[in-house]
Amino acid sequence: MAVASTTQRTESLTGSQSALGRLDLPRRLTLLAAMIVILLVFLVLGFVAWNGTRIFFAGFGLADILSTTWAPTADPPQFGILPFIAGTVGVTAIAAVISTPLSVGLAIFMSEIAPRWARNIAQPAMEVFVGIPSVVWGWLGITILVPCLRTNLSWAGFNVGFSWFAGSLVLSLMILPTITSISYDVIASVPHEMRSGSVALGSTRWQTIRHVVLPAATTGIVTAIVLGMMRAAGEALAVQMVIGNRPVMPTGLADPLTTLTSQITLDMGNTVAGEPWNEALWTMGLVLLLISFAFVLFVRRLSRRNSYQ
Amino acid sequence: MTGNRSLIWDRVATGVFWILATFVVAVLGAIIVHFLLASIGTLSLEFLTSSPSRTELGGVGPIIWNSFYILVLTLLITVPLGTIGGIYMAEYAGDGRIPNLIRLSQELISSVPSIVVGLFGLALFVIAFGWSFSALSGAMALTVFNLPLMMRLSEQAMRAVPQDERDASLALGASKWQTIHHVVLPLAIPGIVTGIILTAGRIFGEAAALIFTAGLSTPSNYDFTNFNLADPRSPWSPFHSATTLSVYIWKLNSEGLGSYVRQIADASSAILIIAVLLFNLGARLLGRTLQRRSTGSR
Repeated sequence: MAVASTTQRTESLTGSQSALGRLDLPRRLTLLAAMIVILLVFLVLGFVAWNGTRIFFAGFGLADILSTTWAPTADPPQFGILPFIAGTVGVTAIAAVISTPLSVGLAIFMSEIAPRWARNIAQPAMEVFVGIPSVVWGWLGITILVPCLRTNLSWAGFNVGFSWFAGSLVLSLMILPTITSISYDVIASVPHEMRSGSVALGSTRWQTIRHVVLPAATTGIVTAIVLGMMRAAGEALAVQMVIGNRPVMPTGLADPLTTLTSQITLDMGNTVAGEPWNEALWTMGLVLLLISFAFVLFVRRLSRRNSYQ
Repeated sequence: MTGNRSLIWDRVATGVFWILATFVVAVLGAIIVHFLLASIGTLSLEFLTSSPSRTELGGVGPIIWNSFYILVLTLLITVPLGTIGGIYMAEYAGDGRIPNLIRLSQELISSVPSIVVGLFGLALFVIAFGWSFSALSGAMALTVFNLPLMMRLSEQAMRAVPQDERDASLALGASKWQTIHHVVLPLAIPGIVTGIILTAGRIFGEAAALIFTAGLSTPSNYDFTNFNLADPRSPWSPFHSATTLSVYIWKLNSEGLGSYVRQIADASSAILIIAVLLFNLGARLLGRTLQRRSTGSR
């Protein structure tokens, strides 16, 4: 109350209300621009949710959609999207498994071990790495990786090369710079005193990294990995180009697979708005959107926990 | 405590980290060299300027034009809006409910997979607004996820301006807005420009959001003297379908037609990689130059 009355007094002291109003104008206008982002969230969520739930009004129930059979051209057509969800989860998980040791190791190297010249190579290299477009990764996968798997690993079941493993490998390279640079920031921000203390107790550098730096940075590194997985789950073209696009439940790493993003990319152009096939693709888009939002909320939770420590 | 074994393990660990780092950088180097070598014999001035052809090697001239056109169109929308939004977040927003909601929204929008942004663009811009497959629809789709990015970049650049600069300006009697306009913004420009160029690199290579918005075809007979925006042959018009270089690579691969697919896609990939290198280099150099000039003159 006291604050309010002081404000009122200042207002009357500075004279006309309109002068103050004009002073406030920049604040309001810039706020308006900033609030566009909120509008975008509602628009995107609204449009995708609206189109993504339409299939349930076209005579398909939740059990039909959450089945493992995808046969859009059969009679009657079946639109089970479980193979795509399982594919996305599987490809993302294996990509994270491959990428995590590489990228966290690289982050430790850049922060703890690298001399200045090596860091001056590694850091710009990560920036270039993250900038390589996803179609280029996909094209690299088709022209180099897939033939290589087919010729060298056919004994392991890679008969066609286009496979779950190929998709995960391409993704692991794509998310490597993401995980590396976020982990690097976290590791480098561990207070210097903690390292000095450990070294003063007679620890070697590796002991300091293992028992002091890494434990202190764990939550941040997990955040980095989750953000990397988020990128992997949403990546479309690179995966679609190398994964083989077979709408079945994942069986083996050497077998062709498909993901939510791949199927949307492939089928959207062949379907017409209003038919169930098209609506099923929108449902997949909605699932993807919800997965991404869940990742964001999870990361927020993690970082809140981190700040309490 | 530190026995011989710990020392040996320390050596081993250090060695492993060096090998790992060398491996990752070598992979990146190998990828770049691979595409540069693969594009030898294809990549020429003629390839960069001529139109695609179904029977011959052709070129990617109009397609590169589309890439730059959509890039510029996107930046025209996102840079002013993003900077203004960034001003609010850096200078006015505190810890209130609305600023927090804006931050959450930024994170949510940045997390949306680009293919889903493509779907959204298809439903809103292409169909509901009736803009059909066009450079305009494409640029608007790209705006969706670049606006929050641009906002955050300019916010960070403005937050990096020392508080003393603001205090000095306010002490001289300048209003808050005058301080932002004449002190904070000029000092933040090097950071903002660096951010714009790095964002530009991402926009240039984006494909998934453009397949269903900017479309898969392009007029191959651009006439640069034609400024009639309703005419699809005018390269200046945002109203016709405009394949970009990244989308073109994807399209070539999925159609698999023609005997020159491999050469064209290799050369196009090389162009994209060179563009990424140039954008990064440009951001570094320009950022450094602007930094020197703005600190030197003060």
